[in-house]
Amino acid sequence: MNVVATKHTLLPAEPEWPHEGGFHILEHLSEPTHRNLEPVGPHYLAHARRKRHHRTFSEDDRIVAAQQAKNVEDADPGEISEPEDAMLLSRDPKDWKNQDHYAVLGISKYRWKATDEQIKRAHRKKVLKHHPDKKAAAGGVDDDNFFKCIQKAMEILTDPVKRRQYDSVDEFADVDPPSRKAKGNIYKLWNPVFDSESRFSKKKPVPRFGDDKSTKAEVEEFYNFWYNFDSWRTFEYLDEDVPDDNENRDQKRHVERKNKAARAKRKTEDTARLRKIVDDALAMDVRLQKFRKEEKLQKDAKKIAREAEEKRLAEEAKKKAEEDARRKEEEEAVLKASKADAKKAKEAAKNAAKKNKRVLRKGAEDANYFHADGAAPPDVISNVLADVELLITKLDNEELDVVAKKLAGLKVSDEIKSVLVDSIRGTVSKGSTAEGDFKVLLK
Amino acid sequence: MSDSEEPQQKTVIGIAFGNSNSSIAFTSLDGKAEVIANEEGDRQIPSVLSYVGDEEYHGAQAKSQLIRNPKNTIAYFRDFLGKSFADIDPTNAHSSAHPIQHETGVAFSVEEKTDAEPSTLTVSEVTTRHIKRLQESAADFLGKPIDGCVITVPTDFSEAQRKLLSEASKASGLEVLQIIHEPVASLLAYTAREETSHPVDKTVLVLDIGGTRTDAAVIASRGGMFTLLATQHDYELGGRQFDDALVDHFSKEFIKKHKTDPRENERSLAKLKLECEATKKTLSLSTSAQISIESLAGGFDFHSTVNRLRFDLLSKKLVDQIVGLVESVVNKAGMDLTDINEVILAGGTSHTPKIASRIQQLFPSNTAVQAPATNPNALNPSELSARGAAIQASLIAEFEAEDIEQSTHPAVTVTPHLPKPIGVAIHSPEGDEGKAEDKVYVFLDAETAVPARRTATFVGTQVGGDVLIRIVEAKRESVDVTPPKEVKEKTNGTDEDDDDDEEEEEERVIKRVTEVEKVIAEALLKDVKKGQKVEVMLNVAGDLTLTITARVIGGKGGIRGTVPGRAQ
Ligand SMILES: Nc1ncnc2c1ncn2[C@@H]1O[C@H](COP(=O)(O)OP(=O)(O)O)[C@@H](O)[C@H]1O
Ligand SMILES: [Mg+2]
Repeated sequence: MNVVATKHTLLPAEPEWPHEGGFHILEHLSEPTHRNLEPVGPHYLAHARRKRHHRTFSEDDRIVAAQQAKNVEDADPGEISEPEDAMLLSRDPKDWKNQDHYAVLGISKYRWKATDEQIKRAHRKKVLKHHPDKKAAAGGVDDDNFFKCIQKAMEILTDPVKRRQYDSVDEFADVDPPSRKAKGNIYKLWNPVFDSESRFSKKKPVPRFGDDKSTKAEVEEFYNFWYNFDSWRTFEYLDEDVPDDNENRDQKRHVERKNKAARAKRKTEDTARLRKIVDDALAMDVRLQKFRKEEKLQKDAKKIAREAEEKRLAEEAKKKAEEDARRKEEEEAVLKASKADAKKAKEAAKNAAKKNKRVLRKGAEDANYFHADGAAPPDVISNVLADVELLITKLDNEELDVVAKKLAGLKVSDEIKSVLVDSIRGTVSKGSTAEGDFKVLLK
Repeated sequence: MSDSEEPQQKTVIGIAFGNSNSSIAFTSLDGKAEVIANEEGDRQIPSVLSYVGDEEYHGAQAKSQLIRNPKNTIAYFRDFLGKSFADIDPTNAHSSAHPIQHETGVAFSVEEKTDAEPSTLTVSEVTTRHIKRLQESAADFLGKPIDGCVITVPTDFSEAQRKLLSEASKASGLEVLQIIHEPVASLLAYTAREETSHPVDKTVLVLDIGGTRTDAAVIASRGGMFTLLATQHDYELGGRQFDDALVDHFSKEFIKKHKTDPRENERSLAKLKLECEATKKTLSLSTSAQISIESLAGGFDFHSTVNRLRFDLLSKKLVDQIVGLVESVVNKAGMDLTDINEVILAGGTSHTPKIASRIQQLFPSNTAVQAPATNPNALNPSELSARGAAIQASLIAEFEAEDIEQSTHPAVTVTPHLPKPIGVAIHSPEGDEGKAEDKVYVFLDAETAVPARRTATFVGTQVGGDVLIRIVEAKRESVDVTPPKEVKEKTNGTDEDDDDDEEEEEERVIKRVTEVEKVIAEALLKDVKKGQKVEVMLNVAGDLTLTITARVIGGKGGIRGTVPGRAQ
């Protein structure tokens, strides 16, 4: 058996081959195509020997097998569908310049869109039908006029240069632009016009007119393209025939010059014509208004949004200021109130202190200034009161209050005295007075 | 004859039955096909019969009667065989006997005998007479009677046409063993020359440019078996159109000198055509040629020269059309030009150097173009069909008729073909470097008839270790491998410069690479040592069951696996 030695390297396996048995199936082979092997050559004959294996195939097998096989020959392209009218058939081939070459070949519905293949096939059909030798053989008149028309059409349509020259002036392929006042769907009005004009474009692809769903960018690109249209359209086809004889050199040159000028003029006119078409389309293009409106709406919407935002911000600022003011007021009020309270409390404290002081003094008085019997002599009173006054000055309001409360309801002289003495000792122990400061109570 | 010494062997020939010319070939005892010259020394025998007085002229003699006796000269009749009158294009027969309607078919009316009514010869009858003459020439040359033949026809010949051809030959006394396709015969002529029992798989385009038509066929050649993938025909493009280019050229020259258009007189035109054909043939060999016609028209002689360059210009449009046909047939086969490995130029017009060079330009440089102008070893394009037919004839010479009938039966010829190339994934450099490298080694290319089997060896892996054999269906992709443009110095690029750049747009270099399309199965081959070779065999059965066998050469490891066909 034949073994091909390659220099290729196989793939290294992953360290962990996850499949058992060293073989792993992922897919089947794709479905085969049934084709006819050419029954030719030694290798085929070997194949046939193997396949037949002493078997004999029947007529039925033939039919079944043949049906499976893919056919590589083209089916007949069919009749040319376009009818040939008498006018066309009786054309004078000498007038070939005015002949509709596409109609002659029966492909007038394709025109500049006809492929080379279509043209070839159409031509062949026409040749089979109209060859003058056939007509003559069938006893018909020896009239090869229409055949000449066919050959001329073929000559022009299969020569790329000549075909362009003809397509350049093929009025049947033109689509007249609508008038500016035309009513109706502008897309239906204009798309066919531009589709037809697009045949002249050197650049491909050519942007289409589009529809109401086209974006602004697409529409802009469309007009941009068409205002800068690069056209291959030429007008040689309409040239006046140049006299072929050498005698009349001047005449020849004259016609050539005339033709050249005429071509240039037509080209200029054509450029202007297309420009007008684009202008008209632009003028009628409601999309532009729509885009403008949309843009304005968008702008307006933006403005409104901006204003709303501004308003919102202003309101927010106002609200904030108001809020701030309110809070400040509140704070101030609270402050004021607390100040008043403090004053009141102070006053109350003052009053309470006054009252308490009185209680202390009254305590001393009630205890008869701690004199045992009878009215206390003035010096005793004076000393006791001096001590009480000293104590009072050394006590703060709260301590006063405490002492006053202790004294409340006490009638017994010693009890009163012990309260006062305790309090005095308290002040002494705090260091705010010294024992010696007191004249009598600590004795 | 020396019958007694040699074992009884049948004498068979191949016949290329062309619309313009026919050839006869035989295979010598050492297996070489050779084209036979007739009594006049012609290997390209014009398919022309002419009746002059009581005589029948054949071949070149008959062809020369186109000038003096066109009405009784029958030419370009092959394509009329088996056709209705409505379906024929009589254009080519315009300067010879005109076809006429006869019963359901086509016939010619010629004066076969002096002093007798013209007789009506059907195309079948003309074919019989033509083959009879060819057979006589062959028998004459080989010195023994001919027992059978293989005849070539275009791929668009219908079953009915083949049947009529067979009957016409039989009526001449020559049994037709088989009728085969012209492009396939041409391919066989080349394949048989390769002298290997294992022909390389390739996809071939056979471009046959004859006298009246051009036929292109894309053929898959797989394991020495051939499958037509696509065909395309142009019935209005052939050597005659090249002749006409010269006819027009010289006519204009003649008109300038003598104010007479030689094309307007039938006889002058016939003369000019014949001479232009000769001039054209000369231009295939030398770079300039002379033409010399006595009394061409209006009593004036005509002498002129033409060089090859001029001729190439005159025929440029025709060559463009040929190129278009080639592109179209490749397209029809669903292929890319780069998928065509070889182009075989067949037919007389393929001698034209310009055609061969244009075709070579059209294809990548590694596509072999077999034509005298591009390959000195190319076979004579005019002889390919006949040689192929002779080879086939020798192969089946000893077959019984029943055997041939059964071997060419659709139950045998209609065969499943792989739709995708099948191969094994190979290691290729990573990254950009590997982008334009094949990722798959193809064992069985698309359009291989199954059952089929191929074996190849690989270098295991670069480092050694376990090897993964990944069996895949592949696809071919175009990769742009144009070398990056040298960055030009920044100029103040004016518009003019820019335009220039666009126009001289560099040739892009496209490489076709095989990529994995679908992984079918994977097999693991353990412990392959560095440098060890691995042999892989892929076998696809008729039901698309795929069997893979892999082993380490000189080692112990081996693995075998089967992927059942979809139908199972
Ligand atoms: N050397 C050559 N150079 C150019 N054309 C040639 C040459 N030899 C033959 N031809 C042309 O080839 C055509 C015939 O080709 P052939 O394959 O024999 O035709 P057909 O297939 O129609 O029978 C004629 O037009 C003939 O002029
Ligand atoms: Mg041929």
